[in-house]
Amino acid sequence: MRTLVYLAIGILFGITMFKSEAASWFRIYEMFQFQSFHMYGIIGAALILGVLMTYSIKRFKIKSFYKNEIHIEAKEKSFYRYLIGGVLFGLGWALAGACPGPMYTLVGAGYGSMVIVVLAAILGTYVYGVLKDKLPH
Amino acid sequence: MDFILQPWPWYVSGPMIALIMFLLIMVEKRFGMSSNLRTMCSMLGAGKKNEFFNFDWKSQRWNLVVVLGAVIGGFIASHFLTPNEAVLISEKTISNLQVLGFESAGKTYLPTELFSTSALSDLKSLVILIIGGFLVGFGARYAGGCTSGHAISGLSNLQRPSLIAVIGFFIGGLVMVHFLFPLIF
Repeated sequence: MRTLVYLAIGILFGITMFKSEAASWFRIYEMFQFQSFHMYGIIGAALILGVLMTYSIKRFKIKSFYKNEIHIEAKEKSFYRYLIGGVLFGLGWALAGACPGPMYTLVGAGYGSMVIVVLAAILGTYVYGVLKDKLPH
Repeated sequence: MDFILQPWPWYVSGPMIALIMFLLIMVEKRFGMSSNLRTMCSMLGAGKKNEFFNFDWKSQRWNLVVVLGAVIGGFIASHFLTPNEAVLISEKTISNLQVLGFESAGKTYLPTELFSTSALSDLKSLVILIIGGFLVGFGARYAGGCTSGHAISGLSNLQRPSLIAVIGFFIGGLVMVHFLFPLIF
């Protein structure tokens, strides 16, 4: 049952990524050229609602669908890992035109070459794991 | 129904993303689309060689199910919900891209110059896809999250680390598009 719930959420997410055009390489390029409000509107609207939602969940101690307390973890404090990792991610995001969610959506949409991007991303994750202790965090 | 078949405007798409995050929080999970890459490494046996991947990947199976859903969602959206896949980017963007040699700008969903099957026989496009994907995977894990985990979930929780990461995403993206694209294309 829970598996079906995750599957349904994933399907909704995939449809949203494709239909919003957030999965389009062109939209990402346009965003980094500041030539359209579209992507900023998407992220901004999600964020404003997200802030209200996260605040409300904490403030009113809203319970999960399974009647448990919701605890939203804080991110570990650090500077270098977020900045350096963030810059590297941004370089890849603009080049491949897809972040991890949309990559999968595009595979489903029939773009076979996206499989290469996904495999390269898995490799990148693996190499990070290998080099982790040698990198500044 | 026609509304669904058109590209979704930002004021529909943004709230939909917030809804997805809400649903994941309410089923006691988190919205983050890059951690599944680590789960896949672990599933492929990377845990035997490296501590970072040595965890119970089966506990993260839900995340792989979400990924499967995202694939199916992409299939449904492109085959049944999008009669015209051309992405109507701004005129200015189209002319910028034409200068760089992207004739497909404004006509397709992804640039055929990079993503069509025939482009795969071109070593340059292949290398671009591999480097792009590699940086996304490496950078996301280094930064501890991607667009969903930091720009949406983390910033929604007013996390300073996520703000640093998002600033990093933009520095990287701007450098790539403004300084490196003219050299690459």
